Amino acid sequence: MRTVTLPVGYMPLVDAAPLIVAREMGFDHEEGVSLDLRPAPSWSSLRDMLAFGQVDAAHLLAPVPVAMALGLGGMATPLSAVSVLSLNGNVIGVGTKLEQRLRDRGYQFDFHDAKAAGAALAQVADDPLVFGVPFPFSMHVELLRYWVEGTDLAAKQVEIRTVPPPLMARAVAAGEIDAFCVGEPWGSFSVDDQVGALLLPGRAIWTCAPEKVLAVRTEWAATEPHLLGSLMRAVWRAGRWLAKADSHTTASEMLSRQSYLNVPAELVDRALLGDFAISARGEQRHCNGFVEFFDGAASFPWRSQAKWIAHKLASRYGIDPKIAERQGAGVFRSDLYRDALGNVGADLPGASEKLEGAIPEATAVASTHGSLILPPNVFFDRRIFEPTE
Amino acid sequence: MSQTLTVVVVEQNRDRAVAIVDALKESGDVDVFLIGNVSGLARKIATHSPDIVLIDIDNPSRDTLEELTIASGPMDRPVAMFVSGAAGGLAKAAVEAGVSAYVVDGLQSERIKPVIDTAIARFQVLRQMRTELEETRRALEERKLIDRAKGLLMKAKGIQEDEAYALLRKTAMNQNRRVADVAEALVTASGLLS
Repeated sequence: MRTVTLPVGYMPLVDAAPLIVAREMGFDHEEGVSLDLRPAPSWSSLRDMLAFGQVDAAHLLAPVPVAMALGLGGMATPLSAVSVLSLNGNVIGVGTKLEQRLRDRGYQFDFHDAKAAGAALAQVADDPLVFGVPFPFSMHVELLRYWVEGTDLAAKQVEIRTVPPPLMARAVAAGEIDAFCVGEPWGSFSVDDQVGALLLPGRAIWTCAPEKVLAVRTEWAATEPHLLGSLMRAVWRAGRWLAKADSHTTASEMLSRQSYLNVPAELVDRALLGDFAISARGEQRHCNGFVEFFDGAASFPWRSQAKWIAHKLASRYGIDPKIAERQGAGVFRSDLYRDALGNVGADLPGASEKLEGAIPEATAVASTHGSLILPPNVFFDRRIFEPTE
Repeated sequence: MSQTLTVVVVEQNRDRAVAIVDALKESGDVDVFLIGNVSGLARKIATHSPDIVLIDIDNPSRDTLEELTIASGPMDRPVAMFVSGAAGGLAKAAVEAGVSAYVVDGLQSERIKPVIDTAIARFQVLRQMRTELEETRRALEERKLIDRAKGLLMKAKGIQEDEAYALLRKTAMNQNRRVADVAEALVTASGLLS
């Protein structure tokens, strides 16, 4: 069978795993395509590579294509998020100055309770409290803001600045930022670099936050439905493989290679297993389901996830939330997901929207195979997101 | 309003920076400022209040500039990557040449074009030079590896240099690999065994 080479862009992060695994385990060849994985130097470059056609698909921050659909951020090529590559996977950390002040107050760094972490940080932080994030349109920003607004930090003067993750440790050390929210392995990197301590996993703020998506140009999705289907199935198979308990070691080794993340496999292990060293003192904390690629229909692009993102962006940038939610929902293509994955054994939920934040415990819902177990989906403040219409 | 355009170039490498700044100054009535250190980048850029910001597309700090595209960012004037209308083709050409340009909204494309054209040409040359430099460096390193592998073979098998090289070449051909890769494997393996 002839294989078609597909150029696909990614950022060298743990959550690029489904793409790297699809290539390394040969799931791409099984689908008749060959992934040509190209690392990008920055999120803006990756977005431009996709928009200008240098790659046909990309590993993107979930809010990027939504923001573009709302006319934010200067680029206007319509993009489609055809699947969610990962749920969660970020960490919030503080520099050594705040770490010490938190310790002096007896804070235990439980790596779990978002409300308590916010209260403790609000007591010790100066004004302004400056956070570094990788990109202005990211779940890092959305989760940080949601957390700040729902805790004692709301009374603080909080600033969020964009700092490329490789420069984050230096920015903390130089006092340009006090704290940060980054994806792995960069959080663990800063711990090993002794510039800070981890406060919370992103999951402690929202248990089901769509972190990265597989994005393509909407026009390409329409003209190349067969290639798109092959790509999506290869990535879906990679996710299924990653979800197996005995895949972790092999996956960490693959990701850590010089041509991909170029970090020790042990660093990748922490994110895949949820076992973190949270400070230079070597304190260990565990986070169940720190990053999820597959289980509980993790890769299904729920329209309601896009609406949540669009709603947050709209309220911050003064856009009509009703219109924004409609435009945003159109970006998460649950229709294309159903078309591509209906025949390979993926258990597809009956609905394409859910009430984000309204599933306190794992719940069975109607699906093509009878019933699908959705994992708990709650925000730390127990609020439920209701779309504007 | 002054007709002089203010251009900020973000470039850490001094030689590259000088080449770009010189070319831009020759392209017309422009004030060019250089930022070499990317810490606190958005603030530094805002102090110049530029019409155009140019940055290497491979520079990770590009993401910091994305803040400028948001009106509520540190600059009062919103900045866009000019992708609409006639300038759309220019933006694509710029990205392909390895430079990204952030331009203040509302600037007419005929005013921007000479600057961007110059930047594209200059970045293209620099990119080519960098690629050539990397290739030279790699070739040099491969040469060293091959020499070490030859030495290992000569010692282990008691053969001459040309025989050792022939053996490397033959093995590479049989295995459908590059000579340098075979040499690297041999050097690694011998390191493990010694």
